[in-house]
Amino acid sequence: MTQWEKPVLTLKNFNKTFGNGCSFCKDKPENLKGGCCPKCRTIYACRDVSLCVYCGEVVGIVGESGSGKSTLMQALYFDSEPTDGEYYLDAYKNGERNIFADSRRQQKWVRNMLLGMVYQNPVMGLKMHFSAQSNIAEKMIAAGNRDVHSMVARGNDLLERVSIPPARRKDNPCNFSGGMQQRVQIAKALANEPPVLLLDEITTGLDLSVQADVLELIQKIQRANRNSILLVSHDLSVIRMLADRTVVMRNGQIIEEGLTDQILEDPQHPYTQQLVYSLL
Amino acid sequence: MIKVENLGKSFYIHHLKRSIPAVRGIGFEVRAGEFLGIVGKSGSGKSTVLKSIYRTYLPEAGQILYDSAAFGTLDLVRADMRKMIYLRKNEIGYVSQFLNILPRRSALELVEKALWEMNAEGEEANRIAKETLRHFGLPEALWDNYPLNFSGGEKVRLNIARAVVKRPRLLLLDEPTASLDDASKYKVREAIEKLKQNGTTMIGIFHDLVFMEGLCDRIYDMERAEESVPPDAQPFAHARSS
Repeated sequence: MTQWEKPVLTLKNFNKTFGNGCSFCKDKPENLKGGCCPKCRTIYACRDVSLCVYCGEVVGIVGESGSGKSTLMQALYFDSEPTDGEYYLDAYKNGERNIFADSRRQQKWVRNMLLGMVYQNPVMGLKMHFSAQSNIAEKMIAAGNRDVHSMVARGNDLLERVSIPPARRKDNPCNFSGGMQQRVQIAKALANEPPVLLLDEITTGLDLSVQADVLELIQKIQRANRNSILLVSHDLSVIRMLADRTVVMRNGQIIEEGLTDQILEDPQHPYTQQLVYSLL
Repeated sequence: MIKVENLGKSFYIHHLKRSIPAVRGIGFEVRAGEFLGIVGKSGSGKSTVLKSIYRTYLPEAGQILYDSAAFGTLDLVRADMRKMIYLRKNEIGYVSQFLNILPRRSALELVEKALWEMNAEGEEANRIAKETLRHFGLPEALWDNYPLNFSGGEKVRLNIARAVVKRPRLLLLDEPTASLDDASKYKVREAIEKLKQNGTTMIGIFHDLVFMEGLCDRIYDMERAEESVPPDAQPFAHARSS
């Protein structure tokens, strides 16, 4: 039981603002309008966000566009710098070192070795004009691998797992369908067997049967590797299917969190209630 | 095994700006191996009680003391979310009349998935899953089929199989037989009887009082808010022939 008692990922008091703030909005959240200062136009994209993900757990994040979900994911993957906050991974220095405060070099290492990211838009996650194989190799080279044979073998193995046929593995992802691109992204995210996967709207824009393929794949991977997953989606049925716990965000803040079925059946916050009532 | 004390729950609906009361002052106790039946008319809050135990609903008042194998006695109203997830995966099962299916998963896979959550793997999970489906009389031809195509009775039996395969210490049955015909109901009843013989503690809601006859050790009436021994504990055979 000790294993799941200790969080794999911990984020504490994370803040991200775009702009410097002014005397009107600094430390006065009541003056903000929808996460934005009406006087200096500073945007408070994430405010005081704290969350934990435990071993083998899937945590869902829901919220409307502009609620700060992607800002949060980008900071966790070091795509953007936080304004302040603390970030710990159990697999990194025993979870005792705030990675936000570490060097850029260390952050890069964490990003390559301990995290896997799948973006909504494959253009963000893939080099579109390099072959599917090379995309995976890129991630492995970043992790220090220099052995071509082992990289090709690993690439083949991963692409096999995400059902990319051998004949297409040397093709560039720009010539793939949306579903295939998403699967290559997933394979790339898994290249270094990271303990934590960050999935940002991975099924948005895919048709139903392809969506089911991708979700099935994620479940298979999660079961085989016991990954911890942070999953952003505005599709409540995806959240219902995958997430053990769910966090609801609005205007850059966490407004509610609970067991997924509790969030869906007994929502407490007015916004969560509206969200659930909107479910088709 | 479980003791519910003074449980209260209402739903605050923000767009109506008012609270809708569901249950108040509910209290009962279920000992290990017992079957408690909850009766009451629609809207009296039977499901609310079960969902509060399972933490699908957040109760506002009272406590639910549960003797967990892993954590000792704990109050399910206030238990840590992670502990609740553990209990759901390992100790407490919930069966409703609705089958929460996953896209493109066969019946067999659904039952196997339940076992994976408890860390049973591969061959062993496959064997136990098949055994359980056979046990609950789901025809072998359906095992590899998607439950979307199942009849109501088959879905319920799959639902029960999925919960029971984990051998829960406490099983919550939320009207699993609603909308089933008599033949299917009888099969479900058989399944529940088998569980009872195995010593599973159960709390069940059934609309159909005839169905509950001889099955429950005690009855909790929502309207009168009291427990009683079923007055007319006749064998089910009598009900079937009528």
